[in-house]
Amino acid sequence: MIARLTTTIAAVAVAAGAWSFAVSGPAQAAGPAIEYPQHDWSFSGPFGTFDRGALQRGFQVYKNICSGCHALSYVAYRNLEDLGYNEDEIKAIAAQALVVDGPNDDGEMFERSGIPADRFVSPFPNEKAARAANGGAYPPDLSLIVKARPDGANYLRALLVGYVDPPADFNLMPGMNYNAYFSGHQIAMAQPLWGDDVTFEDGTAATIEQQAEDLTTFLAWAAEPEMEERKRAGVMTILFLLVFTGLLYATKRKIWADVH
Amino acid sequence: MAETHEGDSRRDFLMITTTAVGAVGAACVAWPFIDQMNPAADTLALASIEFDVSTVPEGQAVTLTWRGKPVFVRHRTPKEIEEAREVPLDELRDPQTDAERAIKPEYLVMVGVCTHLGCVPLGQSVSDPKGDYDGWFCPCHGSHYDSSGRIRRGPAPLNLPVPEYQYISDTVIRIG
Amino acid sequence: MAANFSNPVVRWIDHRLPVFTFMHHELHEYPTPKNLSYWWNFGSLAGIALVIMIVTGITLAMHYTPHVDHAFDSVERIMRDVNYGWLIRYIHMNGASFFFIVVYIHIFRGLYFGSYKAPREILWMLGVVILLLMMATAFMGYVLPWGQMSFWGATVITNLFSAIPLAGESIVTWLWGGFSVDNATLNRFFSLHFLLPFVIVGVVVLHIVALHRFGSNNPLGIDVKGPKDQIPFHPYYTIKDAFGLGVFLIFFSAFIFFAPNFLGHPDNYIPANPLVTPAHIVPEWYFLPFYAILRAVPDKLGGVLLMFGAIAVLFILPWLDRSPVRSGQFRPIFKIFFWLLVIDVVVLTWLGAKPAEGWYVIGTQIATVWYFLHFLVILPLLSIFETPKPLPKSISEPVLGAGGGFAGATAAPREKV
Repeated sequence: MIARLTTTIAAVAVAAGAWSFAVSGPAQAAGPAIEYPQHDWSFSGPFGTFDRGALQRGFQVYKNICSGCHALSYVAYRNLEDLGYNEDEIKAIAAQALVVDGPNDDGEMFERSGIPADRFVSPFPNEKAARAANGGAYPPDLSLIVKARPDGANYLRALLVGYVDPPADFNLMPGMNYNAYFSGHQIAMAQPLWGDDVTFEDGTAATIEQQAEDLTTFLAWAAEPEMEERKRAGVMTILFLLVFTGLLYATKRKIWADVH
Repeated sequence: MAETHEGDSRRDFLMITTTAVGAVGAACVAWPFIDQMNPAADTLALASIEFDVSTVPEGQAVTLTWRGKPVFVRHRTPKEIEEAREVPLDELRDPQTDAERAIKPEYLVMVGVCTHLGCVPLGQSVSDPKGDYDGWFCPCHGSHYDSSGRIRRGPAPLNLPVPEYQYISDTVIRIG
Repeated sequence: MAANFSNPVVRWIDHRLPVFTFMHHELHEYPTPKNLSYWWNFGSLAGIALVIMIVTGITLAMHYTPHVDHAFDSVERIMRDVNYGWLIRYIHMNGASFFFIVVYIHIFRGLYFGSYKAPREILWMLGVVILLLMMATAFMGYVLPWGQMSFWGATVITNLFSAIPLAGESIVTWLWGGFSVDNATLNRFFSLHFLLPFVIVGVVVLHIVALHRFGSNNPLGIDVKGPKDQIPFHPYYTIKDAFGLGVFLIFFSAFIFFAPNFLGHPDNYIPANPLVTPAHIVPEWYFLPFYAILRAVPDKLGGVLLMFGAIAVLFILPWLDRSPVRSGQFRPIFKIFFWLLVIDVVVLTWLGAKPAEGWYVIGTQIATVWYFLHFLVILPLLSIFETPKPLPKSISEPVLGAGGGFAGATAAPREKV
């Protein structure tokens, strides 16, 4: 009977493998394939967690470099608790933001300083304004960017360190920048990281690679703030199910023992 | 015969264990589906608000929104405070001293929902009718509240409730 | 024939409303062939998957907002702020995929063991109706998060109907409730996505009524000869189904907790933008074989007809395969063609995800032709020319004679304590 079950499971697994191979097509199909380096992330694997130091450094990079153009509108200041900040620190961070609120009793919108319950204030009021200020290109909201690109974390890190001189015969359009890992290699965003763009509070050397790694870790958290809780729950669930399924199997054998 | 008996008890034991473990699992699964109906994180984040009472000029009032309800913050004049203190407790339907209702006597903070049937009483703006007791007047069924927000006349059974709040600095209160 | 219940309350109710007798009859004593293999687990598993989808779906509907300006945001709020919202949404999202995996295995099991043959034709056709309803439900559900793939998937699929001669354009406008996929479309898709699962429940009930008329088919494909061939459903198959459910949940949990977005498309985490089409529009994996068939034909109407034909052909399958032998175990040539069909469908899935260019197009066309050839030509011919192996006399006989090979029988001797 174990053989029977094993056959069924094996057949299902083979089929599943074939399906997932078939399904994995779109990622490969998207444009001419650009290989980008695979990085060993603190948050990869079933037990991976976000490195708290990297999260705080990444937040610093986002705040100082990216937030001028890129929104992070699904993250609230209160969420920064996950990064290891305390209530007063979060209040201070939120208070630096100017939030448009209202209308007041006179029907006017007004500005107030942010509170932890506010979501990150976007640099532009809407997409049209963002495009107008950036020569027609839209700097995307970064809240979900790691989930919204195939192999998002590795892709993002590669993109951030991928500003190199174009090959001699490359025809770069005016106002565009060459990037080794961007699809088509022409990107509107100018090189954002040059090294030592911020001074990390914890004294870590702010190389381009370090900043790219930390920023990516921060944005991976922003995209999946539930990840650590999810993996913890997953480990518990699977352990429980293994025990429970084992018991079910033993019970099943007992019950079926008298069937001839 | 003995063997069969032993087999039966082993089977029973397995069945009971499996059922018990399954019940634990089912309970664990049920919890997320119950808890999802509780207030979400963004709702809870607004469950307490902070407000600087010094922004309210003397003799005026503002209405805040807290947990979806109006909260009245009135900067009372010395005359209003005096009126509130002079009322003998045995004249009150819901006896409470003014000191019990305001941490700092100048600033009265309370939920602006009539305790009769939930209307919002008038009296916040200068031009509003303030009722017969220089406080608030509920237009729905004519409840009169005094300058301490206590029920004095009309169908409402209780005073306007004072929310849980504290001064986190000299002038900033945290409600909730 | 009322069962004798010991609990007086149950007895009192049952006397007036015989629900307990009904349940006892259909779920407890219901006589089932004793040789069902693990492939027979996928029917009840599909039922459980449907329940999982309905429970998580109703829960999500408590937090979701069907409006173009708020749909994407409300889904992100579920993921970030609602208590366990991420868990419930990931169960629902991956649940759709796993529901299809289970149902596809269930269908292929039916194809191999001839479960569609007399007297189970209506049972089979009801199953195909369920598949169609599932597809419609899944498609509309995928639109609700209002990401890029939601929007463009909705645009492409609804545009299929414009292939209908004369009325096509009007039908598409009617489906949309406007001149493009927009708020009206999202609203009606939400309404129908909520409704259809309950329609599926109704058809599932009919499916089970039809099943219990003659009972389950079995790996030998021969009719049950008497009580010796059968065992009561409870506890034998309840515990076997429960064990199968446990195994299923392990795989399901692995995806929910450790690779929740593996089966999805990253583009659906970009809010819908009617002005920018993603570079490659791909449907969810479970639609890929049909999507491949759609693209195999250079003609718009032809492609649409062929795609629906791929499912329609299943409706008439009981009359295409006229072989009196049900189980593929006793049909040596059918068996080969069955596995070729499995490979063909996997290939179609793979090709459905590829861009429609060069060799992929030719490959898709070959695979599509093979799909229809299998049902419309090979199966009818096989039923005439194939010589089946001799069938066993009854379900119990080969088990006693050959001493093994069938589920339930081999474990017995080793099991004695």
